[in-house]
Amino acid sequence: MARTRLRYPAFAALALAFAAAPALAQNAPGVTDAEIKIGNTNPYSGPASAYGTIGKTIAAYFNKVNDEGGINGRKINFISYDDGYSPPKTVEQVRKLVESDEVAFLFQTLGTPTNSAIHKYVNVKKVPHLFVATGATKWGQPKKFPWTMGWQPNYQSEGRIYAKYLLDNKPDGKIAVLYQNDDYGKDVLRGVKDGLGDKAESMIVAQASYEVSNPTVDAEVVQLKASGADVFINIATPKFAAQAIRKAGEIGWDALKIVNNVASSVGAVLKPAGLENAKGWYSTGYLKDYTDPAWKDDEGIKHFEAFMKKYYPDGDLNSSFTTYGYSAAQTLVHVLEQCGDDLSRENIMKQAANIKELELELALPGIKINTSEDDFFPIEQMQMMQFNGERWEFFGEVIEGKLG
Amino acid sequence: MSVDQEVNVGAVSKAPEAEKKRIQLSGSWIVFLVLLGAACILPFVTRNFQIFQFTLVIIYAIAIMGLNLLTGFNGQFSLGHSAFFAVGAYTAAILMDQYGVSFFWTLPAAGIVAFVFGFLFGLPALRLENIYLALATFSLAAVTPTMLKLTPFEHWTGGVQGIVLLKPDAPFGLPLNQDQWLYFYSLAVAVLLYFVARNIVKSRTGRAIQAIRDNPIAARAMGVNVAYYKTLIFGVSAFYTGVAGALSAVVVQFVAPDSFTVTLSVALLVGLVIGGVGWLPGAFIGGAFILFLPNIAEEFSKGLSGAVYGVILLLVIYVMPSGAGTLWHRATQYLSLRRK
Amino acid sequence: MELFVQQAVSGLANGAIYALMALAVVMIYQTIHHLNFAQGEMAMFSTFIAWQMLAWGVPYWIAFIITIAVSFAGGFLIERVIFKPIHNAPVLSYIVAFIALFAIFNSLAGFIWEFTIKPFPTPFGKAPLLESGLLSMHQAGMIGVSVLLVVFLYLFFRYTRVGLAMRAAAENPESARLVGIRVGWTTALGWGMAAAIGAVAGLLIAPIVFLEPNMMLIILLYGFAGAVLGGLTNPAGAVFGGFTVGIVEALAGTYIPEIGNELKQPIALFMIVLVLVFKPTGLFGRKVVQRV
Repeated sequence: MARTRLRYPAFAALALAFAAAPALAQNAPGVTDAEIKIGNTNPYSGPASAYGTIGKTIAAYFNKVNDEGGINGRKINFISYDDGYSPPKTVEQVRKLVESDEVAFLFQTLGTPTNSAIHKYVNVKKVPHLFVATGATKWGQPKKFPWTMGWQPNYQSEGRIYAKYLLDNKPDGKIAVLYQNDDYGKDVLRGVKDGLGDKAESMIVAQASYEVSNPTVDAEVVQLKASGADVFINIATPKFAAQAIRKAGEIGWDALKIVNNVASSVGAVLKPAGLENAKGWYSTGYLKDYTDPAWKDDEGIKHFEAFMKKYYPDGDLNSSFTTYGYSAAQTLVHVLEQCGDDLSRENIMKQAANIKELELELALPGIKINTSEDDFFPIEQMQMMQFNGERWEFFGEVIEGKLG
Repeated sequence: MSVDQEVNVGAVSKAPEAEKKRIQLSGSWIVFLVLLGAACILPFVTRNFQIFQFTLVIIYAIAIMGLNLLTGFNGQFSLGHSAFFAVGAYTAAILMDQYGVSFFWTLPAAGIVAFVFGFLFGLPALRLENIYLALATFSLAAVTPTMLKLTPFEHWTGGVQGIVLLKPDAPFGLPLNQDQWLYFYSLAVAVLLYFVARNIVKSRTGRAIQAIRDNPIAARAMGVNVAYYKTLIFGVSAFYTGVAGALSAVVVQFVAPDSFTVTLSVALLVGLVIGGVGWLPGAFIGGAFILFLPNIAEEFSKGLSGAVYGVILLLVIYVMPSGAGTLWHRATQYLSLRRK
Repeated sequence: MELFVQQAVSGLANGAIYALMALAVVMIYQTIHHLNFAQGEMAMFSTFIAWQMLAWGVPYWIAFIITIAVSFAGGFLIERVIFKPIHNAPVLSYIVAFIALFAIFNSLAGFIWEFTIKPFPTPFGKAPLLESGLLSMHQAGMIGVSVLLVVFLYLFFRYTRVGLAMRAAAENPESARLVGIRVGWTTALGWGMAAAIGAVAGLLIAPIVFLEPNMMLIILLYGFAGAVLGGLTNPAGAVFGGFTVGIVEALAGTYIPEIGNELKQPIALFMIVLVLVFKPTGLFGRKVVQRV
């Protein structure tokens, strides 16, 4: 502030002297020899509280890392605030994290409108805004927003993957789409339409949206079947996807059915919907599903299970949010280790943009994380799969859903 | 009631009444000036993000003042004020984003647009009482986010993605940073609107609306145009909330449908009750409650923050059913008794 | 035409959900002339209690009965403990109390049982009623239960002394006391019954929408819509209102071009406003005469 600077010229001179000195970029605020402060907002209350599991899993994972010695000798101090999925609250909490708690960077802040609210702020303040917990496509713009980076495969890429599969395997299909009427649902739909290109108009014969506050989507599914479509794309979050899968089974809709990745968990979606109803559905994946019997003996899953039992015993193992949080946290730990002793914000961002061929424990075989100066989409690959009534069966190659 | 008192109180009781009023007034003025002074110093001794928080408190206070005029002084319940807040916020955002209107002019524009909405809603609301009106307004608040997301409006509202805004710099080269400038601006607007509200309450209009609250049939029998005043005050109430919404758009620098859910409406009503129904200055206490209590509840327990919030609410309505206003009234009564 | 029938049946199916909730709403309204905004959360919490018992291996019908009993007791206690101290408070205090209850129940449920959806069994079996699968046995069962409840409530309020006492107490507590009605107890009884009906609603709704802490808010709102449409003083009207809301919602979504689906909720809720403005007592309610 203007007044304080005038009153302490000596300090000002000293500050200038330090600034002029060449060199070792200073460690970020929140970084000491003993700890690294990381900031996060998650909806722990309100209608989106289901996602709060991600924040809790991450916190538990960092406890594990700390127990095992921390990162290069520093412990992680993970500060996570509740924003109730309300953008004004997110702004308040993030400002508190940056200006009061003085965290080194933000990690896995959750939600598209919530992250949109702080997008400009963190880039102006030059605070790394890493691995945001949303698949919106706008988080991968290194030129315009050099401090923000996504993590999961973005929604439009996913939509394009479905479009490509349909063009290759059912080019004369009539498509009906159910989608959640928000940024996420519209983004995936956009990807599908872009992927279909000129054929979008002719192939998509019906689309129906629903609100998060809808009690059920049964009526929408009935409406879509009535259009005579023989392809059904189900872009919905777990609860609604399960309702739709069940209803489609109940009304005997004979179609090529695709459900989006967010709702592909066997335990959280397919079992409630009824495994017989889920048989034959397609989807894409990039992480192993703990509730899928296919991975019963997998090393990575066993580590994950041991972690959950010890550090987050209250966590719901049926929820795919736990494997998600676990994997995101592992990615961050990798980046921080890569930083070595230079934990300045610039270097943290630089290392985040320098991930090469990282294979996570829970990633599906063949899926690797890559980032570069121009590529702020860490995970771009997905694997198509079909449910055989018991587990997901993969087929085809790992697909890159690159945009543009 | 107050109309009756004006007529019935004879000259005999007027002298000590006036004396008490004078004491109260000068006491009130002193308190007001002290608080205003403290409010002005605040932004220079706190961090930026706290200034941001205080600015939001002031904004909520303006909205609660509006709600108080409607619910506290006129007895019309509203669980739908988040709709007017949203209307004001989006009006300001669209004007600034799409038409490059300067920040100052968006406030009156937002207020007027909200006034129109409020007035129009007040018309059908005339036929609704109490819990029915609460339900109707609650429905209004519930559909607001959905309406904001409607595809045909996306061109203006930005749909689900919302609209991002820029904060204005302090004008005339004043040595204030953006947060401080917005704080003082909001404070000035709040103080101005407070005095306007006070004058409304003390005026004929104020007496009319309070008469309507206390006994609508008697009021009508005495020639008060109930329909006119009820819709008018609905509009005025919406005006205040719309102005608050416009301010919030700039302070938060972002508007999106998810920012204006039923939760906000409920919070405003809670803030009104906590601050004191029928006591205008309580709006600031209510605003502070809305902003800071969730943070405090979160400190207690992340998973149970909602439960903690609920328990605190219950405690407050047991101990202070008329909100913070009761404390103030008891304090002034005590002081004026002591002077005798 | 086929589409119309299909959508109408879908709407009827959804309407059964709203109708059950509307009954709980009417019950509480008859008792305290207030709308309990926390009714849905209480129903949700009751359903979770049932779920927990089922998870512990308790057979369905036993869990059902225990849940109803616990809910009844819970509603009774809430009235005695929370609302009795403020029974003279202004309406606003009541509304804040309802809000507080809402927050408490919602938060507790999320804390204890997490937010992942849980399937909930149905006592009516999984077979479809109609061959096309538009209406399941369960949904038919729901309609049956709502009719039963309506009959029960009608008989209760019309022909039993307790029912009459409750109505009197709600209408005019002062006069009711003067004729010897123990207003406090009838109010608490009403709360208990409303909570029990809410529990039944929750137990029947959960199999369709999947059990999770946030499942009830919009259903409660639609329940209000149905109750208001049918008349807050008329259980049968409320059920009718619930079904109407469901059908209107489904048809609006199908037949309004382009943005039909987006307008479903606004239309359903707009109906509340319309009805309240043009016929505040609802289609079947009694007119309330205000004495000057």
